Amino acid sequence: MKIPLSWIREFSPIPRDISLEDLENAFVNVGFEVEGIDLQGKDLTGPLVVARVESIEELTGNKKAIRYVGLDCGEGSNRFVICGATNFVVGDLVVAALPGAVLPGDFAISARETYGKTSNGMICSARELRISEEHSGIIVLPADCAKIGANAIELLEINDVVVDVAVNPDRGYALSIRGLARELAASLALEYSDPAQKVNTKDFAINTKGIQVSVEDKSALSIVYIRTISDFNASAVTPLWMSRRIEKCGMRSISLAVDITNYVMLELGQPLHAFDAMKIDTSLIMRRAGSTKTIKTLDNQERKLNSDDLVVADKSTALALAGVMGGATSEVTGKTTQIALEAARFDPITIAKSSRRHKLSSEASRRLERGVDPSLAEISSARAIALMIELGGAKYVGSSSSGEPKYAPIVSFDPNFVSKYLGTEVSLSEVEEKLTIVGCDVAKKSTTNWEIDPPSWRADLLLAPDLVEEVARMIGYERIPSTLPTGKSGTGLTPMQYRKRSVANFLAGNGFSEVYNYPFVNPDFVSQLGFVGDRAKSFRLANPMSEEFPDLRTHLLPGLLLTAVRNQGRGAKDIALFEIGSVFRNTEKLEAQNVVGTDRVPNEATKAKIYKSVPNQPLHVGAVVAGKLGSDGWNGKAQDFTWVEAIGFARAIIEETGNVSTTSSSDFAPWHPGRCAELKVDGKAVAHAGELHPRVIAELGLPERSCAFVVVLSALGFPETKKLQTLITMPAAIQDIALVVDGSVSSSTLEAALRAGAGDLLESITLFDRYDKLGDGKVSLAFTMVFRAPDRTLTAEEVSEHREAAAASALKVCGAVVRA
Amino acid sequence: MTLNVADVTGSVKSALLAISEAKDLAELKIVKTEHLGDKSALSKASQALGKLAADNRAELGKIVGSAKAEVTAVFEAKLKELEIVRDLKVLSEERVDVSLPASKLPKGGLHPLTILTNEISDLFIGLGYRVAEGPELEAEWLNFDALNIPADHPARTMQDTFFIEPLESRLVLRTHTSPVQIRTMLENKPPIYVICPGRTYRADELDATHTPVFSQVEGLVIDRGITMADLKGTLDYFAQSIFGPDVKTRLRPSFFPFTEPSAEVDFFFNGRWIEWGGCGMVNPKVLEVCGIDTSEFSGFAFGMGLERTLMVRHGITDMHDIVEGDIRFTRSFGIGGR
Repeated sequence: MKIPLSWIREFSPIPRDISLEDLENAFVNVGFEVEGIDLQGKDLTGPLVVARVESIEELTGNKKAIRYVGLDCGEGSNRFVICGATNFVVGDLVVAALPGAVLPGDFAISARETYGKTSNGMICSARELRISEEHSGIIVLPADCAKIGANAIELLEINDVVVDVAVNPDRGYALSIRGLARELAASLALEYSDPAQKVNTKDFAINTKGIQVSVEDKSALSIVYIRTISDFNASAVTPLWMSRRIEKCGMRSISLAVDITNYVMLELGQPLHAFDAMKIDTSLIMRRAGSTKTIKTLDNQERKLNSDDLVVADKSTALALAGVMGGATSEVTGKTTQIALEAARFDPITIAKSSRRHKLSSEASRRLERGVDPSLAEISSARAIALMIELGGAKYVGSSSSGEPKYAPIVSFDPNFVSKYLGTEVSLSEVEEKLTIVGCDVAKKSTTNWEIDPPSWRADLLLAPDLVEEVARMIGYERIPSTLPTGKSGTGLTPMQYRKRSVANFLAGNGFSEVYNYPFVNPDFVSQLGFVGDRAKSFRLANPMSEEFPDLRTHLLPGLLLTAVRNQGRGAKDIALFEIGSVFRNTEKLEAQNVVGTDRVPNEATKAKIYKSVPNQPLHVGAVVAGKLGSDGWNGKAQDFTWVEAIGFARAIIEETGNVSTTSSSDFAPWHPGRCAELKVDGKAVAHAGELHPRVIAELGLPERSCAFVVVLSALGFPETKKLQTLITMPAAIQDIALVVDGSVSSSTLEAALRAGAGDLLESITLFDRYDKLGDGKVSLAFTMVFRAPDRTLTAEEVSEHREAAAASALKVCGAVVRA
Repeated sequence: MTLNVADVTGSVKSALLAISEAKDLAELKIVKTEHLGDKSALSKASQALGKLAADNRAELGKIVGSAKAEVTAVFEAKLKELEIVRDLKVLSEERVDVSLPASKLPKGGLHPLTILTNEISDLFIGLGYRVAEGPELEAEWLNFDALNIPADHPARTMQDTFFIEPLESRLVLRTHTSPVQIRTMLENKPPIYVICPGRTYRADELDATHTPVFSQVEGLVIDRGITMADLKGTLDYFAQSIFGPDVKTRLRPSFFPFTEPSAEVDFFFNGRWIEWGGCGMVNPKVLEVCGIDTSEFSGFAFGMGLERTLMVRHGITDMHDIVEGDIRFTRSFGIGGR
């Protein structure tokens, strides 16, 4: 909220010489962020005077209207100036900047030749003086508001400090001069007088005259006042002091009646609405819209009503969307002489819902949905009526009200709790002093039991910690010391957390760069990659950032591929990316969770239901390699990254988790149907790896033979801690064996057969050669077998027996023939 | 064949001269054959000894033996000397440009968000905390209601939430990692010391300082006698560990529905105060909904954005660099350096 310091000073003596830094800190220390401080008039110097328009000569032949205006500036003779505005007539009072004046923006005024005339000054608009954004014309002052030649800087109270204060949702009361003046005064330890207490309500007692009000839905508001006046002078204008304050607060001056409602709202925090009483059919009813279908609001928009919207209605129809915006039909106009003024303490949630439904956030709804002081319905309406009588010559007719103001209950409070909770000593007298400053009444029953009656504007002070915050704010958070507690429940990282780290370190250490992609995907791209069935079932966002990416990812590859493309577009040649992240598959039957209250702990069944409403979100690691892991260099080419390495990395990751996988061929999008491995652990597919589908590669423009792998980290179990045998230090016996098999026999099958035949003394077996040019679809696979016994050196005879047993097994299982 | 002392002495002299004049190992090899080989004068002298009379043999034998020993010793010394010369030459010829790059070696890296998350996790594990995690697609009740953010409360509009279709599913992309705190409190009895790092979502347009998908780390402590001073102390320790031992923090009063009192925490870094995150004492309403006895336990919570922390610590000026997955960005962080 924007507040002029001049208005605050009416209620608290803020020092004239307060520095901007001190001013800002004073707000920040009690919980209000300062978004800006505007020193109005800082770069404006006079002479700036009140002048009367004596003559207007329209200059023709220009692209726009240009006037040559004679002004009486109280100098004895008239002064003539050129003016491009047309919103004034002879006799109007205007603001003239005379030669020698400097306007904001370092705009020096001097006598100058223009449009063939001598212009001896300038008639100013509000924006030129930087006192508001108004620029539809020059400032026309109210008639007789000042003497000709008077200092307009003083008249317009231009020199002022306007502070833009951010107000948190729990402090609705602070959306007012009343509230912020109280906070600033408290922060600076200055006197404060409450503007609400200055209002005389006795003269405007409830009676049966004027517009009467009734409340149909009592859950929607606690108290409403309708006050009626007559004989309002429709041509009365808003006095400068009022319009200037309204403008400084960032609102526009509209008409006297409306300005008064806004002025009182800004001052006290209670939104008011003025109806043209002549347009009201009999009386006002506060009710839900029900069967009323539409309302035309002040902004001339025809709005469809929700049956739950709260409206202010008369006997025949809805006149206002209560607390949000008035209606067009009962609007106060230039002809209005009878006014019914509404002030109500609405239920914040009712207003919030209406405001959100209609996407309409007004000065009124902003305050009402944060909760307004219930005592203000009576006070603020009386204040506004008094102003209408004073400034608009109105006559009081009568007042009607319905309901009772509801205040926050008394809080029982052990004042020693403040010190205990803050971890610093705050004396009881200090606690009492600070609570009193924020407006609480303190009744001390004993040293450990105080009864705190929160002020009318603080419906949020309900629990002991609420009161602690008030004391803490007022003594200053810097009083809180620094102590370091240490935990009693630490058990280190979980196995899954260790797993994530080791996989990430493994890949990064091997040349992959980690990325964090947004999990938003385009469904067309996903289907273009070939994802179908459960692997394509996604969740759709109701409000995506962009219509292009409305779905949540079901797989890491769509994001990784696009990131690879982006890197390539930026000139990268060898791109190896990986990501560890959750995927979201809409494949479970989820039980939508019912609305659960928060007034008590949910029982086990309710908790289970809440948890079950959330889908399982598997954790994947995915990688894309476009190019090589290293780069070709001055000393030769880097090793190619092919389907072999892709599968090898997937296998290594699984091994790293302590699991053992089997590899088989798979046809799985978006991989190459003949170059994709499926890795299984305990019969369950946990990874896919290999070369990407050539069509996908081509469509994305990635390097030929680009590869990818994905491992479902959350599908892998946590095997028991490895037990290792003592390493054997006896000599190893090494045997090579080359076998010819049919090309359809996989090397892993052959290796398993050799392993099975070789016996327990086989320590390792490694494929060291593969030759597929034998013809007849035969391939030769050559292995190195290492044998070792724990207790002796193996003899040549023993070793060759084992080798032959291995060969026999290979022949039996795979039809392998030892290569001559 | 005659054998006299003068000849032996002469042979030694000429052998020593030849050895000293040898310029390299090849020349020395020739010298060796000539002066110490089977056909050399000294070898012949040795052979001649056998034919001498016994009394003469002993005396001359000594002379010849010491002559041979002298020449051999000088030869060995010269051999070593020339070998060193040769080695120096060879090694010098094998000199390389060690500044040449090892382009073929793969170079990868961890994303700095991972590095920072690990660093923070380790820091708090050292303080006896656990690292708690939870789903990113989350139940509205856990993300809002249980945190004292009822539907239609203005506080809900503070966070632009991504909702899942249909709205009746009441699923959202979590707007903070606080639902992990709720899950932790619902499933564990105090004392609770956890930090909750993870990805979070708010419908902000991506620009230099905002991203709709970001990372948070939150801390939650529930124990007997926990005070706001404990919160301040924990934040001081956290900030100093991340930004340096001299870093100061300050608390400013603020508002969050799930804490009371609430505060913003700033830290003083490179000469200015920087907003870091929100914190406060856990609101009793939140504790009660999670079944924690507020007459016995109190607690604090805090939450920070990791991207912002990274940006400040590493002087990153554009959020795009953090979210776009450019390998140049990731690689520059290696696998865990700062």
